[in-house]
Amino acid sequence: MADEEYIVVIGLEVHCQLDTSSKLFCGCSADFRADAPNTHVCPVCLGLPGALPVLNKKAIEYALKVAKALNCKIPQEAEFCRKNYFYPDLVKAYQITMGDNPLALGGYIEIEDDAGNPKVVNLTRIHVEEDPGRLIHMGNKERGHYTLVDYNRSGIPLIEMVTEPELCSPKEARRLLNKLRATLEYLDVFDPDKEGSIRVDANISIKGHERVEIKNISSYKGVEKALTFEITRQKNLIRRGGSIARETRHFQEGKGTTTSARSKETATDYRYFPEPDLPVIRVSDWMDNIVLPELPDARRDRFMNQYGIAVNHARTLTGDLHLAEFYELIAPVGSQIAASWIADILIGELNYRDMPLSKIISHAGQFKDLLVLVRDQQITDKAGIDVLRVWLDSLSGTGSPETPGQIVARLGLTRESGESFRGIVEKILTNNPQAIADHKAGKKGALNFIVGQVMKETKGKSDPREIHAMISEILGE
Amino acid sequence: MNDKYNAYLNTTEIPGTGSGILAGIRVSIKDNISTKDIETTCASKILKGYIPPYDAHAVTLLKNAGASIAGKTNMDEFGMGSTTENSAFGPALNPHDTTRVTGGSSGGSAAAVAGGLVSMALGSDTGGSIRCPAAWCGIVGLKPSYGRVSRFGLIAYANSFEQIGPLAANVRDVAKLFSVIAGHDKKDSTSVSKPYDGKVIPDIRGKTIGIPREYFGEGVDRDVAAKVREAITKLEELGAAAVEVSLPSMKYALPAYYVTCTCEASSNLDRFDGVRYGPEPEMNLPWHDAYTKVREAGFGQEVKRRILLGTFALSAGYYGKYYVKAQHARQLIAKDFASALKTCDFLAGPTMPNVAPKIGELTSDPLLMYQADILTVPVNIAGIPAISVPCGTAHGMPVGLQLMGRMFGEESLLNAALAFEEAV
Amino acid sequence: MVKESDVLHIAELADIGISSSELGKFTEQFNAILEYFDILDTLEVTGPLERPLVNIFREDEVTPCISQEDALRNSHNPEDGYIRAPKVV
Repeated sequence: MADEEYIVVIGLEVHCQLDTSSKLFCGCSADFRADAPNTHVCPVCLGLPGALPVLNKKAIEYALKVAKALNCKIPQEAEFCRKNYFYPDLVKAYQITMGDNPLALGGYIEIEDDAGNPKVVNLTRIHVEEDPGRLIHMGNKERGHYTLVDYNRSGIPLIEMVTEPELCSPKEARRLLNKLRATLEYLDVFDPDKEGSIRVDANISIKGHERVEIKNISSYKGVEKALTFEITRQKNLIRRGGSIARETRHFQEGKGTTTSARSKETATDYRYFPEPDLPVIRVSDWMDNIVLPELPDARRDRFMNQYGIAVNHARTLTGDLHLAEFYELIAPVGSQIAASWIADILIGELNYRDMPLSKIISHAGQFKDLLVLVRDQQITDKAGIDVLRVWLDSLSGTGSPETPGQIVARLGLTRESGESFRGIVEKILTNNPQAIADHKAGKKGALNFIVGQVMKETKGKSDPREIHAMISEILGE
Repeated sequence: MNDKYNAYLNTTEIPGTGSGILAGIRVSIKDNISTKDIETTCASKILKGYIPPYDAHAVTLLKNAGASIAGKTNMDEFGMGSTTENSAFGPALNPHDTTRVTGGSSGGSAAAVAGGLVSMALGSDTGGSIRCPAAWCGIVGLKPSYGRVSRFGLIAYANSFEQIGPLAANVRDVAKLFSVIAGHDKKDSTSVSKPYDGKVIPDIRGKTIGIPREYFGEGVDRDVAAKVREAITKLEELGAAAVEVSLPSMKYALPAYYVTCTCEASSNLDRFDGVRYGPEPEMNLPWHDAYTKVREAGFGQEVKRRILLGTFALSAGYYGKYYVKAQHARQLIAKDFASALKTCDFLAGPTMPNVAPKIGELTSDPLLMYQADILTVPVNIAGIPAISVPCGTAHGMPVGLQLMGRMFGEESLLNAALAFEEAV
Repeated sequence: MVKESDVLHIAELADIGISSSELGKFTEQFNAILEYFDILDTLEVTGPLERPLVNIFREDEVTPCISQEDALRNSHNPEDGYIRAPKVV
């Protein structure tokens, strides 16, 4: 079978924690990450006998906001159900979730396919459910194995969004997640920076073969990795004449592989039935009162119109709420220079340092100062990048931060006119006769080497265009 | 205290404070109602040693009213039974004849009151668990309207049916205790705001009492039926009019009840795995194996039977046949009661089809035990209030008259019961 | 008809061990009880269920938690504030 005949079909179930103050069914604080285990619990989220759930209104409001933003329909009645199964992280041995009557049906998300064309991915449903606790595996062969459980996370509200199996590649899946994350962030119902705040189950099959479910992938990168691994695994199996088993697999984040779950885990019969402790909800008429903020697509279009920037820049800048806000703070310096410096340079430098944008948001004024220096040609682009790197390092370090202006002064990076470098240019030309010979022989790019040497010698204070002109002049061209 | 009826699982007392309306009164609590710092077991080995860190809402209200908490009472394990023989800690004994059962599942509460150990007790009624032992022990017991008393802290057996309610030697004490526990609780999503002022006055004159044909049908002991007929005659003498009515959907009542309660119970009781409370599981076994052992050793026969029945009824392929049908049956039964109670102020009949059986008589056949609930479960299905008041004896044992009222109509129901009590 | 193998499967779903002596008895009792439930089959399912209560919520307000000591009180050999459970891997 030729490779192009393997058609991949992917569907995602995305779970995001809703950013409420209290848990879904009790008043315990949802802000638990910095605290000791089992200190954010009460009889309800600990599943003590006799405790009863009471629904957090804000969780439903948040979920409806998402439903509206994703163009879903709200059925007249939604109902919480019990999904019954045993696991040490599940205090009641059932998860309160939604079954046949979810909060929202249908809806869609727009992404770009791998060729860059717009693509609509349909949603099956959206529902609200409670998060279980968190497990730590302990022990060793000699002393035996056991589990330690922290129930602080038990009862945190989750929204589950299920897509139709309409995604065609791991990259598309990644883009869908990015879009979803941005949308939820714009709606102010979700904090993507909180550890473990998004988790994904993925269904994947190769057309004509059985479907495999990959459970509990906890990062955006992980989804792409797990799916890529799984496609290779499945293709290899098929090529060798094997068949794909319909099964659940776990993603091993460290190794980037998936492994088969044991059959007892997958053969579970969840025995859904309506939660008798919670009356049904009828909230379809709340939708009219929900005012949506500007969402990523609308902001992208506005950026293109208002700032005249290219679609790629606009898409990148609006793909993250804080980035978009940061851009709008910086844009007065110059919408183009701000767009390219943020989208093409700053993001890469932040990623390289594993530094969150939030670290520099409060220093936006200094970043602006840096771009003014570049814009007004007081420093060269090359020097600008060096200043940016030193500045970011100073912000992420423990020492006292330096402003771009101070860095320029300390390192003596102020742009100087080409004439002051004539001596250096002549020296480098003398030392590199081969490059000149190559240039004269018509070898393209040979002069770039010379320009590069000059830039290096002048610590980036010279302007490469000016140097280029000077070389041509000296060579009598 | 001398607990000669095995009424108690725990005799810890907490003295009352303050000058509320229950000041100076000792109230015993059924052991499926959570009491802070006092062991709460539901008469099950699987909760032996469990100390709740919180009080049920009803217990908080009792303490606020000045009551002394006087021990935790024996019961059928998790409320599953009609005789209190399904206690992991031995049956409670009927103070009228200690070779007979108390009824259940609130048998310890009924025995404590009937035996004169306390004047009031809290029980819970899922399918008759207050009214049955009240009838068989010759005291008064009220099953409140669903939602009128908070279930917060009541260890769930069948959530959609059960209510905490009062048992006492007389109607006035039942009314007093009910006035303390009734009212809205924001911790229970099914709770409604219907407080009760406790002002009970004898009042039956001019009321219409429906006598459902089905309450005197096959299976009802002839002497018990005769006693209840006498009681109805008494109500007529007091100025009430008795009319015959029919509840045609009652044939669905027991199946609908047992399907629903076993489904709910199977889910409710799955949390008892020994991890957060209960007997210690073997930590180095895989969790399913460790839980299976804990639950095999911790649950009694009837509890296992109901968990398995409920698990079966909810399992793939059976949900529509059992659970869904049962919910529609409930609706039909509720409608029958609502329409009968449009023309009638109350319905009346026997609480139990027989008097208290001998210990061991009902336990051999679970279906026989389930059928003993035929006259009490319809009320839980309809959600309406019902009270059992003593109306004499048959075969030398107490008989209970059951009065059933309109939804949230406890006021007039208690008034009618008081009128009857004062007249006999 | 429910068979012994069905009861075993259900017991496995419910994580309840049953002895071989219980198995036969439970199977027999199940069949009697389920037969008694059969009358529900004669019932026509018509219309939606009535809902006495809808839309019961609480506001998103934080209330005090119980202490870690109380949370761990009924568990077995907690370790560093964590509750101990059987192994899952």
